[in-house]
Amino acid sequence: MNTGTNTLILDFEKTIFEIETKIESLKYLAQDEKVDISQEVNRLQHKLEKQMRASYSNLSPWQKSQVARHPSRPHCLDYVYALIEDFTPLCGDRCFADDEAMVGGIGRFQGTSVVVLGQEKGHDIESRVKYNFGMAKPEGYRKAKRLMEMADKFNLPVIAFVDTSGAFPGVEAEARGQAEAIASSIEKCLQISVPMISVIIGEGGSGGAIAIATANRVLMLEHSIYSVISPEGCASILWRSADKVKEATEALRLTAQDLRRLGVIDEIIAEPLGGAHRNPAQAIERVGESIAKHLKELMAQSRDELKKRRTDKFFRMGRHFAESK
Amino acid sequence: MNWLSDFVRPKIKKIATKDIADNLWTKCPQCGKMLFNKELEKNDFVCSGCDHHLRLPLNRRFEMLFDNGEYKLIALPKLQEDPLNFKDSKKYTDRLKNYRKVTGNDDAVKVAQGEIGGIVSIIAALDFGFMGGSMGTAVGEGIVKAADIAVRGGYPLITIAASGGARMQEGILSLMQMARTTAAVNMIKEKKLPFVSILTDPTTGGVSASFAMLGDVNIAEKGCVIGFAGARVIEQTIREKLPDGFQKAEYLKEHGMVDIVVRRPEMRDTLIRVISILMHQKPQISQLALENHKE
Repeated sequence: MNTGTNTLILDFEKTIFEIETKIESLKYLAQDEKVDISQEVNRLQHKLEKQMRASYSNLSPWQKSQVARHPSRPHCLDYVYALIEDFTPLCGDRCFADDEAMVGGIGRFQGTSVVVLGQEKGHDIESRVKYNFGMAKPEGYRKAKRLMEMADKFNLPVIAFVDTSGAFPGVEAEARGQAEAIASSIEKCLQISVPMISVIIGEGGSGGAIAIATANRVLMLEHSIYSVISPEGCASILWRSADKVKEATEALRLTAQDLRRLGVIDEIIAEPLGGAHRNPAQAIERVGESIAKHLKELMAQSRDELKKRRTDKFFRMGRHFAESK
Repeated sequence: MNWLSDFVRPKIKKIATKDIADNLWTKCPQCGKMLFNKELEKNDFVCSGCDHHLRLPLNRRFEMLFDNGEYKLIALPKLQEDPLNFKDSKKYTDRLKNYRKVTGNDDAVKVAQGEIGGIVSIIAALDFGFMGGSMGTAVGEGIVKAADIAVRGGYPLITIAASGGARMQEGILSLMQMARTTAAVNMIKEKKLPFVSILTDPTTGGVSASFAMLGDVNIAEKGCVIGFAGARVIEQTIREKLPDGFQKAEYLKEHGMVDIVVRRPEMRDTLIRVISILMHQKPQISQLALENHKE
C-alpha cells in the first residue's frame, strides 16, 4: 500500500503540507526532550483540519484532476487485495497475450463469489512500466470480455475498479484491433445477466474506461474524474494550446459532482478528509461499504431484470436530459 | 500594410478561388489532379486519376445504395442542445448553428429507409462534414432510432460511419453514446437481424470503438482510415514514423478487423449480396453484381 513517503505536493496543498511537517517535527522533538507539546499539536491539528476542509471542500475541476491522478492515491490492486478475499488473478485473452494493465480474477467479496476487473497504474517506476501505466491493450479488453462471459456462466457479480488515462495508443494495439476490443467489451457488459458494479477510483479515461464501466451501478470517489478525453487532449485540440488545460477541465464537466448531476453516475463515495491519498485505508473501506450496499440491491433482481435495466439505463443517457427541459 | 492590401486583395482572392475551386473543379487530395465536379459526381466522387475515394454528401450516399436512388428520410426527435453549456474559443451552440447552415443537416447523422435489392432496409449514416461526424447525443439518438425501426419492422440495419470520434463539446454524454449505440446494435443482434457496418473515411475514436466495429459483417471502403487512436497521438507516443498503409482499410482487413474492402461503385452490390443471403431472400441481383462476383 502507498504511504505518504514519496508524496507529491500539489500546488494547493502547500499550506497543508507545511502544517503537517510542523506537527511531525514537533512530535519528533518531543521524543527526546520531555516537554509537553500536546497543546501545540492539538492546536496545529485543528488548524490542519480546518485548512484541509477549506481546500478540499472547494476543489476546482483541475485540482480534482490532480488529486485523481495523485501517485499516492490507492490504486486498483490496493482495493482488490483489501476488499476481495481469496483473490485469484486469472490471465490471458486466449488469443494473444496477458495484459497486466488489466487486472482480472475471481475471489470473494464479503463472502459472495465475484469476478474482479480493473486497471492498475502501478506505484513506482518499475511497477508503472509493468502495468503500462494502466493503459490496456486489446488483449486486456479481451481478457475482461472473457472474464465477464465466465461471470455470466457461473452467475458471479462483476466488480470493476476503473483507473486509467485511456486505452493504450500504439501501433501494435491498433494492429490487434484496439477499437474492436473496446467495442466488444462494452457489448459484453450489456449482454451479461449478472450484477455489474464499476467504481471510478481515480481516472476514468474515455473508451478505455467505459469498456469496463457500462455497469448496473457506476460509483465514483469524490475526487475522481471521468471524461471523454483528457483535459490535456481537449485543450490541445479545441484551444490549440496546452496552457488552456484548466479551461478545458472546467468545460468538460468531468468531476463526480457534475456527472451525478448529469445522471451519468449513481453515487458519489465521500473521500477521507484531504483526499484518498491521505488515508487510503479509510477510502478503501468506504468503497467496500458502498459496493456492499449496491450489490445487495442488485442481487435481489432477477437475471433478466439486471440485463434489461442496465441496457435501459444506457439507452436513456443523453435522452432523458433532452426531455427534461 | 495599407488599406489596399488589407481590404482589396483578400476580396479579390476570395472571388477568384471561389469560382475556380468551389464551383467547377475539385483537387484530388491524394494525387492533386484537378477533377471536373460534374465528372467527379458521375464517378461517385472517386478520383479518375488515382482511384482515391473522396468524401461525399449524405444524400449522394443514400442515392447510391438504395434501389433507384429512392428512399425516405426518418425524422429524428429533437434533443436539448448543448447539455454542458460548452464553450472553447467559440460557443458550441454557435458552432452548431454554423454547421447547420453549411450542411443543411441538423446534426451529423441521417437515417433513411428504402429498399436495397428489393429488401427493405434502414441506413443510419454519419456526415463527416458536420463537425467531423463526431458522435454526441444527437448522433446516438439517430443510431438508436434506426435500430428501433429496424427491430420493429424486422429489417436489416446498415450503419455508415464517417467520424473522428466522440464529440468533445458534449463531454461525458458523448462518451455515454458509445454504450448507447452499442446497446442499439445489440438489440438488432438479439432479434437475429443482420447488422452490416460500412466503414468509410475516417472511422476512428469513439465511433470505431463502439457500434462501427460490431457489424455481423464489416465492409470498408477502399483506402479509408480506420482506427482507435489518431495517427498523431500514436506518433507522439512511440516517437517514430508509422508504417506505410497503417490504419488503412486494407491494413484492417489484413489484421482481421473487417470482412470486405470494396471500391465505392461496388458497395451497393456487395451490400445486396450480404443482406439478401443473411435474410434468406432472393434479391433482384443486378448483372453488375454477378460480374463482380466472378472477378
